[in-house]
Amino acid sequence: MKRIYSVLVENRSGVLCKVAGLFSRRCFNIDSLAVGETDSPDTSVMTIVSSGDERTIEQIEKQLNKKLDVIKVKTFSESQSISRELMLIKVKYNKGNRREILETCDVMKANIIDMSKNTMMIQICDEPEKIKLFISMMASVSIVEMARTGTLALQKCMEADT
Amino acid sequence: MIGADAMVKCLEEEGVRSVFGYPGVAICPFYNSILQSDIRTILIRTEQNAAHAANGLSRVTGKVGVCAVTSGPGATNVITGIATAFADSIPLVCITGQVNSELLGSDVFQEADITGAVESFVKYSYLIKNVNDIPRVFKEAFHIANTGRKGPVLIDVPIDIQNAQIKDFTYPEEVSMRTYKPTVKGHIVQIKKVAKELERAKKPLICAGGGVLLSDAGKELRSFAEKYRVPVVSTMMGIGAMPTEHPMYFGMVGNNGKLCANRAMNEADLLIMIGARVADRAVNQPDIITTNKVLVHIDVDSAEIGKNALPSIPIVGDAKCIFRDFMEQEISCEDHEDWIETLNEYKKNIYRKRNPDPAYVDPAEFIRKLSLKMQKDGIYVADVGQNQIWSCAYHIVREGRFMTSGGMGTMGYSIPAAMGAKLACPDRQVIAVCGDGSFQMSMMELATMRQHNIPVKIVVLKNNYLGMVREFQHYNYQDHYSVVDLSGSPDLEKLVSAYDMKFIRLENMEKADEALEAFLEKDESVLMECLIDPMDLVS
Repeated sequence: MKRIYSVLVENRSGVLCKVAGLFSRRCFNIDSLAVGETDSPDTSVMTIVSSGDERTIEQIEKQLNKKLDVIKVKTFSESQSISRELMLIKVKYNKGNRREILETCDVMKANIIDMSKNTMMIQICDEPEKIKLFISMMASVSIVEMARTGTLALQKCMEADT
Repeated sequence: MIGADAMVKCLEEEGVRSVFGYPGVAICPFYNSILQSDIRTILIRTEQNAAHAANGLSRVTGKVGVCAVTSGPGATNVITGIATAFADSIPLVCITGQVNSELLGSDVFQEADITGAVESFVKYSYLIKNVNDIPRVFKEAFHIANTGRKGPVLIDVPIDIQNAQIKDFTYPEEVSMRTYKPTVKGHIVQIKKVAKELERAKKPLICAGGGVLLSDAGKELRSFAEKYRVPVVSTMMGIGAMPTEHPMYFGMVGNNGKLCANRAMNEADLLIMIGARVADRAVNQPDIITTNKVLVHIDVDSAEIGKNALPSIPIVGDAKCIFRDFMEQEISCEDHEDWIETLNEYKKNIYRKRNPDPAYVDPAEFIRKLSLKMQKDGIYVADVGQNQIWSCAYHIVREGRFMTSGGMGTMGYSIPAAMGAKLACPDRQVIAVCGDGSFQMSMMELATMRQHNIPVKIVVLKNNYLGMVREFQHYNYQDHYSVVDLSGSPDLEKLVSAYDMKFIRLENMEKADEALEAFLEKDESVLMECLIDPMDLVS
């Protein structure tokens, strides 16, 4: 079972290490992890995607809450949230496949943001599943390198939100 | 005022009376400032034992134990002591000196990333980078250590911070941490649910863990058990929460526990686990305590609830507080006469049948005698090994305390922990009971006892083996003994005479009474060597 944890933490040195250490020490999975400051510079949000059985998922939340640098833990399933991932991917191209790449980008709503004579950099921002799909399509083209943000997610908007 | 003065002032503000430690260059400013204070400093002989001594002190006083060591090896040596305290939820503040903050990260002499190294063994840690943070950090550290689920907190202070001028020293009156608000009071709805279950139950049982002692709820546990006639068993860490011979107490549970206690756990229809982790030593098969019964799990740490066994009714909160709330409920339950009678029937065979060789001291009989001859409120510190299992099985707690390293099982714990306890309670008898293996892990502390006049009594159950491992190899490796022979151990009589310490040797049970009287008569350090059967087994 996949679970997303949105963890509000104190923006201090060492906090990422403590949270990541907690996952490794207790043998919890990290499928993806993304960190960034919030609107207030003294807090950060970590978005962690993890998976496990029900008990593990509950333990992760409880153990996160025990960490003294953790302010708040929100947890939700994929269906309760909107998730996005940003990827930059550099691929090799030639006359023969240039058109095909451009068409794929068009269909997948990816943009070409940089180019040389034989390589191009593509940016795509979408649901993690779509990113995976895009990678598999580019694999046939020859990928030079790539960088991904990891999943970012927020709970869907509700009237109760404040 | 410099940072080091401020650190000492903080300890004074917290009412600290003794600091255990070992100096080195990086902690010298602190040890210089503490000379101006009434706080007693105890030079321990190896840093691990500084944490154990602080642990012992904390357990008998309920206060935070403090140790202070230097950077690098001083800090890494103390880790086992910190981990031991963490496993048993003992509140410590451990201060480590650190190299100059400008040099942090450059691998200079005696630099160790101690906050990184202890991360999984501390409740929290600080690396102070601004001298003006000292009062706030110390205030928070003591608060964190001794509230909620207690545990060790480490404060790493670079030497330049200790030497820096502090602008103005005001010790904060309160802690304001938005991330730390432990739940102490149990939810009343849950408490009422338990009260209902108690009215329905025919075979209720309480299993008390170390949390009961940590929240000083022994008295409350007793009144509850007596008022509602609910039998009690305990985990190893919960030994002493009920006096051993209390009619409602049925022994320690677990692999090394009492058969009657384990049967009570299996047969109960309502099991209230309080202040216990449901860890493997106490509850080998968690499903046994969840099938055919209502499991109530009460713990101050919500993460412990449901970790190993899923309870029907979880309650997060402090044991003492929750017992008080229970007592305020109007519970009209029966007197559970049949159930208690059944358990009393099981209890008749509470002691395992043993066939001790009369040529040796029988540890079972010896420990029973010792517990009845020692002062009623005496403190008994068991080490780790076969001696621990025998101590748990045969020591009789009356009004005193029983302490041991339950979670981590750290050999060598008993002597330094006993020193800490004796220092805190100079009027009480404090006895460390260890094996010849565990004794040799902390025998350097005989010097500390002598130097600081801490009259701890030591029993060494000597069998020339690492007995517990030997026993394991006996059962699991067909007596292929590997690296368990302790030949080469010192002549203990000669050894303790080098420390001007009294020595008694007991070779068999014939003269046990006289020997014990001589051992206990005066408030002085004595080492009693008991020769036990090397082939004896705990199970």
